[in-house]
Amino acid sequence: MDDTDRLIINTLQTGFPICDAPYNKVAESLSLSESDLLARLQALLANGTLTRFGPLYNAEQMGGALTLAAVKIPAERFDEVTEIINAFPEVAHNYARSHELNMWFVLATETPEQQQHTINAIEQQTGLTVYNMPKLKEYFVNLRLEA
Amino acid sequence: MDDTDRRIMHATQAGLPLTPEPYQTLAEQLGLTKEEIMQRMAAMQTSGIIRRIGAVPNHYQLGYRFNGMTVWDVPDDKIDGLGQQVGQLPFVSHCYHRPRHLPAWPYNLFAMVHGKTQEEADGQIMQIAEVLGEYCRGRDVLYSTKILKKTGFRSA
Repeated sequence: MDDTDRLIINTLQTGFPICDAPYNKVAESLSLSESDLLARLQALLANGTLTRFGPLYNAEQMGGALTLAAVKIPAERFDEVTEIINAFPEVAHNYARSHELNMWFVLATETPEQQQHTINAIEQQTGLTVYNMPKLKEYFVNLRLEA
Repeated sequence: MDDTDRRIMHATQAGLPLTPEPYQTLAEQLGLTKEEIMQRMAAMQTSGIIRRIGAVPNHYQLGYRFNGMTVWDVPDDKIDGLGQQVGQLPFVSHCYHRPRHLPAWPYNLFAMVHGKTQEEADGQIMQIAEVLGEYCRGRDVLYSTKILKKTGFRSA
């Protein structure tokens, strides 16, 4: 990753135009050629520096439901419970975290009813309590990190 | 959001085509006109269905190794004002009000911070504590120790 890559990452985190030749428009503003910009984007995606490039959709606006949930897993059951929980397609992200509540996952479902249904199923299959923490209010969301 | 919007969403969920005219490429894939694709994506952006079109970097690859979920116990009748202020701090990427689960979980304000070093993350946490001041009745920071699963879906 060089300075040009950093410039591209920082610029493209702020938005992208909707017009006939948007890469050309962005490339011009960065004094790059369109083909150079496209090649660099391709490489940044291929090597994992960027996880994604494109529209970011808001699941709730589409009628879906998202929530954050946590469980407290005894150390000796951690791998077994990870396997059970990860097997649910509704589990979008799952992280081990340094706390008594040592597993935190995001549930993405098409409806709020499915969310409750999934939580019940996870509790039944693991025998553990799922602490459901849906957002009550969002104050800020913007994943923009200086490269 | 209608079926055509949904088709556009499915076609772009993995990303926008890396072609000189990406909206034309989508139009060809979906059997629509470029104009319709552009109009609909602009409308979805205005209504908030599309948060933004852009790049999502991998934190770790950019050197942000200390990604902490900071959690705070603040009075419910103060949380909206405090949450707004914490959300405005430049290093906070997400800030939410979430429910407590007493006694196991007393925290109601969540803010994600990202540092390249432990010191940087500690400094960010201190700045949040300063904003909350006397209203902070308890706090903790949960660092992720392992990614157990990660799909393309965006965060909650």
